[in-house]
Amino acid sequence: MAGGAASGGSANTDTYKEARTWLLLPAWVTLSILVLAPVGMMLVYSFLTKEFRGGVVWEFSFAAYDQFFCDRGLFGDEPCAIEWTYVTIFWRSIWQAAAATLLSLAIGFPTAYFIATRPERMRPVWVFLITIPYWVNLLIRTVSMKFLLRDQGPLNDALIGMGLIDSPLHIVNTNFAVQLGLFYSYLPFMVLPIYAAVERYNFSLSEAAADLYASKFTTLRRILLPAVKPGVIAGCILVFVPSMGSFLAPDLLGGAKNFMIGSLIEEQFKGNAGNWPFGAAASMILLTMVLILLMLFARQQAKAEKAEG
Amino acid sequence: MKYLVKSSVAALALALGANAAAAEGKLVLYHWFEYMPQEVLDKFTAETGIEVTMDTYDSNEAMLASLKSGAIGTYDLAVPGDYMVAIMGNQGLLDTIAEGELKNKANIAPEWADPAFDPGRMSSIPYQWGSTSFAVNRDVYSGNIQTTDILFNPPAELQGRINMLDAQGEIMAMASLHMGIPQCSSDREQLKALNAMLQDAKQHWSSFNSDTAKEVLVSGDAAVGQIYDGFAAKAREEGANVEYAYPVQGYVAWMDNVVLLKDAPNRDNAIRFMDFLLEPENIAAVTNYAQYNAGVTGVEAFLDPDLASKPEKNPHANAGPGIFIEVCDQQVQAVYDQIWTNLKK
Repeated sequence: MAGGAASGGSANTDTYKEARTWLLLPAWVTLSILVLAPVGMMLVYSFLTKEFRGGVVWEFSFAAYDQFFCDRGLFGDEPCAIEWTYVTIFWRSIWQAAAATLLSLAIGFPTAYFIATRPERMRPVWVFLITIPYWVNLLIRTVSMKFLLRDQGPLNDALIGMGLIDSPLHIVNTNFAVQLGLFYSYLPFMVLPIYAAVERYNFSLSEAAADLYASKFTTLRRILLPAVKPGVIAGCILVFVPSMGSFLAPDLLGGAKNFMIGSLIEEQFKGNAGNWPFGAAASMILLTMVLILLMLFARQQAKAEKAEG
Repeated sequence: MKYLVKSSVAALALALGANAAAAEGKLVLYHWFEYMPQEVLDKFTAETGIEVTMDTYDSNEAMLASLKSGAIGTYDLAVPGDYMVAIMGNQGLLDTIAEGELKNKANIAPEWADPAFDPGRMSSIPYQWGSTSFAVNRDVYSGNIQTTDILFNPPAELQGRINMLDAQGEIMAMASLHMGIPQCSSDREQLKALNAMLQDAKQHWSSFNSDTAKEVLVSGDAAVGQIYDGFAAKAREEGANVEYAYPVQGYVAWMDNVVLLKDAPNRDNAIRFMDFLLEPENIAAVTNYAQYNAGVTGVEAFLDPDLASKPEKNPHANAGPGIFIEVCDQQVQAVYDQIWTNLKK
């Protein structure tokens, strides 16, 4: 029954039809207060005039979006040329988040497969083990990561001790360190949806493929992967989206040398710039990009379901 | 003898305080991290029965942003640096202390009694003052360090091993000293040159970080760190072979001040705490912990005797001037923000 409802999703009978409005009300109220209102506020702020040293003046202005798209030189008085600064920062964030997502997928998929193929009573234990490190605050985990990776840290000591390298690897304050940090921060968001998908997978399909002389790789590619694809895509989105807006890993592990979107936005509110409308505009542009990404995913899902019939 | 009397009074107050605590109410501080010894707060609670709550921040700008986005009215006192006192005053975030409200106001050292950032000390009292320059690991580099070239045009041994404070004000002031141009200059050629110089210097920097400015020197991750004098002394005491520089071009001087915030929920308790911090013995305890300098007369008797002789506190004969960070006007600040974005893009 439960399984049918979860996978079907389009049951004809609606047991709770009468009470539907009331049952949805708490969710709607929570979402409105915690999601829609702040986003609406950001949207309004992004069209206001900035107040010197933080804050807004209630006068309509395109200045924030102008700053994002127009390069007007060091003194702000040249004609509009294409502004590459923020495009570069967005591109860097996308690239870093994509690398972290691929890394998570490479480690997360085998992990999820491993857990899903353990005896049923052992699976909760493995899932529990995956979540344990995440009981610790993200900040502390990121700082610990820095301690592990630093030039005189345990990782380099061990590699030198084993004779693999002569001088320490410089990992901290590089892009790679940021990717590692993001990967580590969001790995469970990759493992858990894939695990849920693989667990529901009917392994007799793999056996049937093997009986029909499919190689192990072909079975993985043609049978298992298509069946668990929704889990993989959900995992990728859950890692990619927060990675793109993250600012802890770039600041602590990347040395804060190059802005990512998250640190750029943070700087507008907390830093010296004090340019709230611009921070709001950058947030809205990020939000729009993520929404487009999610809509593409939803369309692709719908198409796939249609194709299946 | 004096000490004995004072401590018995404190003990008595502690005994009474246990009952008084609930009645006397609260005090909410907004303060820098790692800057207030717990025993000073405990002593205040013991003497007055006032419970102290403290939140911390890591830059003047972060504190300003938090207050402006709605935290004003939550806190009684904050501890901004010199230029930030002026900004907060201009923005109407400070309350005025009436004449005679502060009993210990006369304890403020004469040279700090009428500063440009708060004429007549209408809203603030001195907390600590010191300098910002940089410290160099002497195991890595043994040459001359008394020059801002160490930060902006470093010798080969130090390239790629420099941590800068993640603070626009400190970096711009130091860069202006390095180039010999006035702070907040509105001269276009000078601003262009400043932008170009920083772009060029950045390739030698490994990170921007204020919170871990001390740790990266102790761990050896950085061989040079832009840092406050007291933090450099702590790094040295924690085992790093670092020397604090007083460059011939000059260095940044600063004073942090306890300010009375507008709409302070516990205004009377805040005034009592300010009076408490103007007692030489109490502010000396802060100085002994933070290793900077107090702006109160009569602290000398209570200071750790080793403090005065620390190398971080004694500029050499050829040291350049110590300059305060200036508050730029809106036009120049816009260019500074652009230079900062260029630096970190």
